Amino acid sequence: MPVAAVFLPLVASFIAGFFGRWIGDRGAQLVTCAAMLIAAALGITLFVQVGLHGQSRVVDLLNWMDTGDLQVQWSLRFDALSATMVAVVTIVSAMVHVYSVGYMAHDHSIPRFMSYLSIFTFFMLMLVTADNFVQLFFGWEGVGLASYLLIGFWFDRPSANAAAIKAFVVNRVGDFGFALGIFAVYYLFGSLQFDTVFAAAPEVAKSSLNFLGHNYPALTVTCLLLFVGAMGKSAQLGLHTWLPDAMEGPTPVSALIHAATMVTAGVFMLARLSPLFEYSETALAVVVVVGGTTAMFAASVGMAQNDIKRVIAYSTCSQLGYMFFAAGVSAYGAAMFHLMTHAFFKALLFLGAGSVIHAMSGEQDMRKMGGIRYLIPYTYILMWIGSLALAGIWPFAGYYSKDTILEASYAAGTGVGLYAYWVGIVVAFLTAFYSWRLIFMTFHGKTRASHDVMHHAHESPPVMLWPLYVLAAGAIVAGFLGFNHFVGEEHEGFWREAIFVLPAHDTLGRIEELPMWVSKLPLVVALLGIFSAWVAYIWRPGIPTWVTSHFRPIYLFVLNKWYFDELYDAVFVRPAFAIGHGLWKKGDGAVIDGLGPDGLAETTRGLSVWASRLQTGYLYHYAFAMLIGVVALVSWYLLFQIG
Amino acid sequence: MANWPLLSLVTFLPLVGVGFILLLRGDGDEVARNARWVALWTSLLDFALSIVIWVNFDATTADFQFVEQAQWLPQFHIAYQMGIDGISLFFVVLSAFLTPICVVSSWTSVKMRVKEYMIAFLVLETLMIGMFCALDLVLFYMFFEGVLIPMFLIIGVWGGPRRVYAAFKFFLYTLLGSVLMLLAILAIYFQVGSTDIVEALNYDFPPHMQTWLWLAFFASFAVKVPMWPVHTWLPDAHVEAPTAGSVILAGVLLKMGGYGFIRFSLPMFPDATAYFTPMVYVLSVIAIIYTSLVALAQEDMKKLIAYSSVAHMGIVTMGIFTVTSEGLQGAMIQMLSHGVVSAALFLCVGVVYDRLHTREIARYGGLVTIMPKYAFVFMVFMLASVGLPGTSGFVGEFLSLMGAFQANTWVALFATTGLILGAVYMLYLYRRVVFGVITHEDVRAMLDLNWREIVVFVPMIAVVLWMGIYPNSFLKPIQPSVANLVESLQSARETGHHYAAR
Repeated sequence: MPVAAVFLPLVASFIAGFFGRWIGDRGAQLVTCAAMLIAAALGITLFVQVGLHGQSRVVDLLNWMDTGDLQVQWSLRFDALSATMVAVVTIVSAMVHVYSVGYMAHDHSIPRFMSYLSIFTFFMLMLVTADNFVQLFFGWEGVGLASYLLIGFWFDRPSANAAAIKAFVVNRVGDFGFALGIFAVYYLFGSLQFDTVFAAAPEVAKSSLNFLGHNYPALTVTCLLLFVGAMGKSAQLGLHTWLPDAMEGPTPVSALIHAATMVTAGVFMLARLSPLFEYSETALAVVVVVGGTTAMFAASVGMAQNDIKRVIAYSTCSQLGYMFFAAGVSAYGAAMFHLMTHAFFKALLFLGAGSVIHAMSGEQDMRKMGGIRYLIPYTYILMWIGSLALAGIWPFAGYYSKDTILEASYAAGTGVGLYAYWVGIVVAFLTAFYSWRLIFMTFHGKTRASHDVMHHAHESPPVMLWPLYVLAAGAIVAGFLGFNHFVGEEHEGFWREAIFVLPAHDTLGRIEELPMWVSKLPLVVALLGIFSAWVAYIWRPGIPTWVTSHFRPIYLFVLNKWYFDELYDAVFVRPAFAIGHGLWKKGDGAVIDGLGPDGLAETTRGLSVWASRLQTGYLYHYAFAMLIGVVALVSWYLLFQIG
Repeated sequence: MANWPLLSLVTFLPLVGVGFILLLRGDGDEVARNARWVALWTSLLDFALSIVIWVNFDATTADFQFVEQAQWLPQFHIAYQMGIDGISLFFVVLSAFLTPICVVSSWTSVKMRVKEYMIAFLVLETLMIGMFCALDLVLFYMFFEGVLIPMFLIIGVWGGPRRVYAAFKFFLYTLLGSVLMLLAILAIYFQVGSTDIVEALNYDFPPHMQTWLWLAFFASFAVKVPMWPVHTWLPDAHVEAPTAGSVILAGVLLKMGGYGFIRFSLPMFPDATAYFTPMVYVLSVIAIIYTSLVALAQEDMKKLIAYSSVAHMGIVTMGIFTVTSEGLQGAMIQMLSHGVVSAALFLCVGVVYDRLHTREIARYGGLVTIMPKYAFVFMVFMLASVGLPGTSGFVGEFLSLMGAFQANTWVALFATTGLILGAVYMLYLYRRVVFGVITHEDVRAMLDLNWREIVVFVPMIAVVLWMGIYPNSFLKPIQPSVANLVESLQSARETGHHYAAR
């Protein structure tokens, strides 16, 4: 039965993709949505069975690779970690499938779209149920492929094609590290099976690995290499540049892939590989610093964006930073908890934004919106719910998960832990600020849209609103329902062997002893952030203009996303093309061919011309040449043979 | 059935087809039509035979199987001897698999001298299969060099406008290496006293001789692979060759080099192999990075895929010289995978070339709107070329790199960048050809795949997925031979120490 949950989306994708022409748009929608709804029901059942009743198991499907030493299987692993992910993925995916029926109603390639969405879900489920590193990598690259296809869904737009390639390639940079990490694991452990590797981790932790000519602690190298993969997929600082561009894809895609599921794969990976990461203090510290810095970076950029989807995209990036540093301080349960709540409220926000865009005839620029709260009241309320959850206001879901993360960072008591805590506090303020900046710019004030657009503005159809209601319910209740099991008193009984934490790293266990202000501060700054946004965008609307003109360099720096794209373009992209061209024309053309075959042919021709010139036909020329030869021979004989 | 001379049958069956084609009489069109059908049936029958061999192959032993022996030149100890092991088995199957595909894909695109064309391909098949089965050095050399002749003709007669330049470049390069190999074979003959490959494999060559023999073989195989910097014949040969010529060139001919390394260089000259391994690593890594960057700058579809071939074969040579079971098996799978995938990619180019008669990337764009089936097929092979897990390309690349990591982390690090670069040039190609909007009016009139093209592509897609999802069917027969090789090389390294002792 759990196997069906994984493979139903694959079957549905095949049917919609290959037989879309016969079954029509409606048929493709029916097949894929039905398959996903069944999968979601199965996913919830599985969560109850495995997560709440502790019936973990591994289902073997097929041998994959067997080279004698290396043995890899296709198998599905169901424990608390994967069951949580299966439930989240199938529920959000089902909602996005249904929503897409309304959102994509006017598109020309509905079967193709539904097929891509379903195949993505399949790969994501393969990823989370992997029982070994290779299958994890299979799912990992598979979701990357689906993401590539969906970002480039509107293939006639150059920007969409560019964004699709960028997403795939930047993820490949991450996978480059991931692959090397897998090779290191195999080199150290002689196996790629999770159970075998995890069991041997304490022993291997003591050994060192010669990497690039130096000896390093074995697990530190391995974990850092694997972490590069996580950074790529979860758009962490340095490898984040693809995520904002990925907003070129249709909005349901942004909600499913680039907010709720795929981008959280890195966090899932950290939790899954906790038995390895726990043995490397260095790797964990790097995770915390990268996560904290990403949270800060993305939130700062999110403050200045005007595209409604990009604001939410940077917000996602920033929230992923939270999850990362939570994992880095060994609060994997908190990271997974935030992953789960975030999946609900961020999908809600994205689909809500989609509803706004739908209402505004495709407009995404918030500077051309405003004052539409009476035209689309349901969407307005749903966006409030999502924002409250995102900002971490009690009793919404984000409050519970974000609070726990910040408390755990403080409880870690390390330098990087404190760094993460204070960054997290600042980011909590920024998050609340940009969320309400979005709400005020979009829904409040006087409209800046054209009369025509406003005339057409309308609330979305029920097929789009119902999925939002479901997600909104999740955004409200997921926090206090999940708290006990994910991070509260029962968390050890819930996660069991799925997550491993060294006793010395038990930050979740130390939360209770913290001072009062540590847990209350996030809520206070969040409320402050909302208030500041109200001041700046409702009460005194002149403030933003004043700020941008007086702090222009900082504003430009943030608006241009810290100039990462420009930097990469100058350092990697353009040189690669230039070097390629140079090597082709100069290296292959001038040097290799010039000295090789062409040169050889040229020399041969030259020599033969020269030789033919010798044959003048005059007798005295030949006689003279013979004479020179005789003289040379005689001299050589006299000089070297006799003397 | 076991007593039948199956290998001789599978090798020489295409020549029977040639005989039938030569007997054809009638007017031009009729002869052409019948020649196609005869070639198709012959090659299909041959493919069926190769499958019979695979089915009857004993996957538990590293010994040569289906061995046939006959007197040839007894006074010189030269015999007609055939046999296959796990290393040669799939190359026989691959050659037999690709030939009918070549015949079908040339069905309508070759209009001139159809009879001769089909004869050339059948002769080529005989020579390729014979080369992989030969267990005598002289026999091997005859097949190995013989392959050049029909290939030279295929490029030179049915090729593009610069076909003569390309054909001669191809011939010059490969002949240069062959001369040295012939000398090496003579030296082996005088040393061992026989040209029996099995005997030579078990012979312990003195170290100073190993160095020279290794280099002589290397010259020949490196050109065939081709390794950097002797790769420049490949793009020209591919560009000028007809589509089916490219298919065989990329699909089978390049593998002759890799096969040669595994069959001769490694087991016969273990000390020299150890000595030269760093050089091969460096050349392989340069091949991967250099040609990937060059591929990025290409404006001609065939040239781009040709350069990508060099990069993919760089992974192969790297994997072979890691002398680990992962690296070698990875290299084997990578060769088989590349044999199917790059062949299919050249067919993909052929499909649009047949319609628009240009390979210039900029002349296309937006094909997905009018050729969705083609877009799907091209996508599958592009992804296999990029090494997406679940396709054959992944298994080969992954295992080879895994072997490299065990041997040398620097090599693994640099070679793994191929993962990124490969994605860049292939996606960039796909975007420019298939995605976007149609800007050229004549592109709008192009037709999607016809049934004949679909018939060609479907089995290739099936093989790519099969090798990606259940590569064990292929790994199992390969494994004993590779394990045997790795073991003997490692023990040679432990007991030998010829170089350390000097």
